[in-house]
Amino acid sequence: MSYLLLGTAFGLVLTKSQVVSWFRIQEMFRFQSFYMYGVLTSAVVVAGISIAVIKRMGVKTLSGAPIVIPPKVLGRGYRYWIGGAIFGIGWAFTGACPGPLFALLGGGVTVMLVAIAAALGGTWLYGYLRPHLPH
Amino acid sequence: MRSPWPWWVAGPLIGLFVPALLIIGNRQFGFSSNLRHLCAAILPGDVAFFQYDWKESGLWNLVFLAGTIAGGFIGGVLLAAPGVPISIQTQTALAALGIHDFTGLAPRELFNWPALLTVKGFVLTAVGGLCVGFGTAYAGGCTSGHAIAGLAALERSSLIAVLGFFAGGLVATHLLLPLILR
Repeated sequence: MSYLLLGTAFGLVLTKSQVVSWFRIQEMFRFQSFYMYGVLTSAVVVAGISIAVIKRMGVKTLSGAPIVIPPKVLGRGYRYWIGGAIFGIGWAFTGACPGPLFALLGGGVTVMLVAIAAALGGTWLYGYLRPHLPH
Repeated sequence: MRSPWPWWVAGPLIGLFVPALLIIGNRQFGFSSNLRHLCAAILPGDVAFFQYDWKESGLWNLVFLAGTIAGGFIGGVLLAAPGVPISIQTQTALAALGIHDFTGLAPRELFNWPALLTVKGFVLTAVGGLCVGFGTAYAGGCTSGHAIAGLAALERSSLIAVLGFFAGGLVATHLLLPLILR
């Protein structure tokens, strides 16, 4: 239930802040507005300070378990460069990352159902090709 | 309530999802994992990448996703802002590419059902969606997991991924979009 409420808050923030806007993403990739950079930078700063506080103070989860943030595996880094760039193309085309795709669907842009179906196809294709791709 | 929120309200609120999820249940903020969970739930096939207990690791996130759709409805329909105040420079650049309606969350001229049958609409919606799904699965994260949670945790891999996001986005915006829209 708490995840449903958090998700609802997430969809609300994404639409009200217009980070789901195709136009905002265009502004960002054209360096013509500070807006998206302000959103991303302040989000990273707040999240970073929160993580530092959680680690420093040994904050526990609500059920009393220790909070563990598993490190990401860097490896040779190919997956981050190549996968990241392919996602970047999709971000500029659809004007949305995965969260906003669903927020836009709720926001009445019903044709995003096709983008979501295509994204599922893309994820499936990755899973299928995974053994053959450099990581 | 109807006017759009400024970046200094939206950004910090988005950042707070990282500690909120950690404190509620030791969960990592990362939306694109849902695409993998949905594949594992709907059509895992023989693919090793989808052979895991998606309910155990991802049900919470799919519930979060359901909320995101509901929140999108509240913010995008019930409390819809009258328009997006985008920069004049961007409006001019897009007008040169044939986009003149700046009122929706996505260009109404390109993102609608009939437009799917045009090359522009199909490429932006379907090919774009395919790239989003393939790219985030390959990179192991999207804007939430890499650009926000990953950078906040000072992950080098996330920094590389974010540079990749921008490399792809810049190529798509400055080289590919003019080809597609003209």
